[in-house]
Amino acid sequence: MSDKSTDAYWKANVRIITICMVIWALVSFGFGIVFRPLLAGIPIGGTDLGFWFAQQGSMLTFIALIFYYRSYMNKLDKEFGVEE
Amino acid sequence: MDQYILNLIFVGGSFALYIGIAIWARAGSTSDFYAASRGVNPVVNGAATAADWMSAASFISMAGLIAAVGYGNSTFLMGWTGGYVLLAMLLAPYLRKFGRFTVPDFIGDRFYSQTARLVAVISLLIISITYVIGQMTGAAVAFSRFLEVTNQTGLFIASGVVFCYAVLGGMKGITYTQLAQYVVLIIAYTIPAVFISFQLTGNPIPQLGLWSTHTGSGEPLLATLNSVLMDLGFNDYTGNHGSTFNMVLFTMSLMVGTAGLPHVIIRFFTVPRVADARTSAGWALVFIALLYTVAPAVGAMARLNIITTLWPQGIEGEPLAFDAKPDWMLNWERTGLLRFEDKNGDGLIQYYNQANPPARAIEEGWEGNEMVLFNNDILVLANPEIAQLPGWVIGLIAAGGLAAALSTAAGLLLAISSAVSHDLLKKMIMPQISEKAELMAARVSMAFAIALATWLGLNPPGFAAQVVALAFGLAAASLFPAIMMGIFSKKMNSTGAIVGMLVGLLSTVLYIFTYLGWFFIPGTNMLANTPDNWLFGISPLSFGTVGAALNFAAAYITLSMTKEAPAEIQELVESIRVPKGAGAAVDH
Repeated sequence: MSDKSTDAYWKANVRIITICMVIWALVSFGFGIVFRPLLAGIPIGGTDLGFWFAQQGSMLTFIALIFYYRSYMNKLDKEFGVEE
Repeated sequence: MDQYILNLIFVGGSFALYIGIAIWARAGSTSDFYAASRGVNPVVNGAATAADWMSAASFISMAGLIAAVGYGNSTFLMGWTGGYVLLAMLLAPYLRKFGRFTVPDFIGDRFYSQTARLVAVISLLIISITYVIGQMTGAAVAFSRFLEVTNQTGLFIASGVVFCYAVLGGMKGITYTQLAQYVVLIIAYTIPAVFISFQLTGNPIPQLGLWSTHTGSGEPLLATLNSVLMDLGFNDYTGNHGSTFNMVLFTMSLMVGTAGLPHVIIRFFTVPRVADARTSAGWALVFIALLYTVAPAVGAMARLNIITTLWPQGIEGEPLAFDAKPDWMLNWERTGLLRFEDKNGDGLIQYYNQANPPARAIEEGWEGNEMVLFNNDILVLANPEIAQLPGWVIGLIAAGGLAAALSTAAGLLLAISSAVSHDLLKKMIMPQISEKAELMAARVSMAFAIALATWLGLNPPGFAAQVVALAFGLAAASLFPAIMMGIFSKKMNSTGAIVGMLVGLLSTVLYIFTYLGWFFIPGTNMLANTPDNWLFGISPLSFGTVGAALNFAAAYITLSMTKEAPAEIQELVESIRVPKGAGAAVDH
């Protein structure tokens, strides 16, 4: 594999990591903590959506993020011919 | 059947299983011992990682911590799971590609420096040894309550079992026992939760029950809990009563700290391919979330159960009488973790917040809260008794608590012994050592590590809880940034990495000791541990995030003043960034 495609592969990887990290921070630090007052109007099970994100929603999002990243990278590995 | 016999059957049966696995999975080479020959299925590794990670703190303490504070302690749920996203994307695949056996091994080779390796070994030893104390004391609590032996005897039994499978089998033995331990602990955690959720909400799935209607009141469960708590003068359960800023910092410290824990990272060295490391991190989080999504339900439901036990007709009715206490209260009073005191001598238990007493307390002149001690650790262990479940569920909880403590202890002991035999001995002191001798050294250092852990369990420092904060803070401030820069910053050189690690390590230790006392010795703290004294209002427990930021900053400033990493190291970094060719890197 040439240096140029190594660079392109790495850039694509860093890009998808950045996107995932933004979502990671948004659901936990964002919806679960800092922006919780903004979600106070959305009721769920006797409390508000921010509480749900803090106690359940962020964990479920984390799982989805890792599996999404995994399948994205498996495809990227094949595209660049760097899979094992 | 007698409860004691049931406990003995469950605990004894699970121990026999672990030892059986140990004999089946004996390690024959250093690769077996350190990395299970890199032949572990990614889903199996996911379950083993979950057991490795979920310690006595997760199994025994976490639901109690959440129950005690409510929303404010959601930090543990987000922090201890969010770290796996960092592991899956920022660390695990590349470390697997690099194909070393230990974390200091990566840092030493990537930063071409024995000093960097040594700093990493020191961080690893502080982190892992402090962490193992909690596991040993957790095991001792479970033993003394369920098997009615002394703490001491309990510890010796636990150490003996760990010795069997960890020394014999190394990583290979540990992996398959952790798989079995995961199965035991998740069943033990879920069954009582299902019963309780069904009793309170009619929904047997605790993850849904938490948001369902409480059958007793017809209101949502959480709304009911909020109102009974506020009737007794406590804060409501779902409200935010702490500092939002520290909540963010503490959650971040737990996330980064989790990703930097060596005993978790080394689990990802055991899978065959780079892609498997990513898959494995996903499965690990699935298996962890099976417990972590049940924990907040257990916390809220158990808290409600305890209050309705003490106040059967609500705050306006008659409270529970001292001589009507259920058996579980009597059982736990014997352990010293639960205590009642009839302050006003009326034979009834008035449980309320004496700092903010409800109107009735003032009118009737109650003389203080009469449930004077309720240790958070009771909640999960007493859960089956509180919910009046059959005896075999109690036996199962005993086996589950021990599985959680022992699986984590084994992972930590492996991290400690491989740092000693591989990094200190093979890579620094005696490079000529043969593989057979290194394997022997690994076993001997494992035996020493077990002896040390047992000794620390017998003489627990009185500050175990704070020490765990130190472990997370240090993992976040020292190891995580160094590993991440080793992968994501091609030019980062040895001086930058060493300065960064030292700045992160020392600033975190100093900040924690300033408020919690030098080496946690009470009275030696230079400033009182109150929010007014904290620098910019940062709690010492949350400082890991700041330590990590200082580590990154110091490393990049140093890099800007020194020469970038040599060309061959930059090529090495390029090669760990792509999955291809990981097979070749295995033998070195």
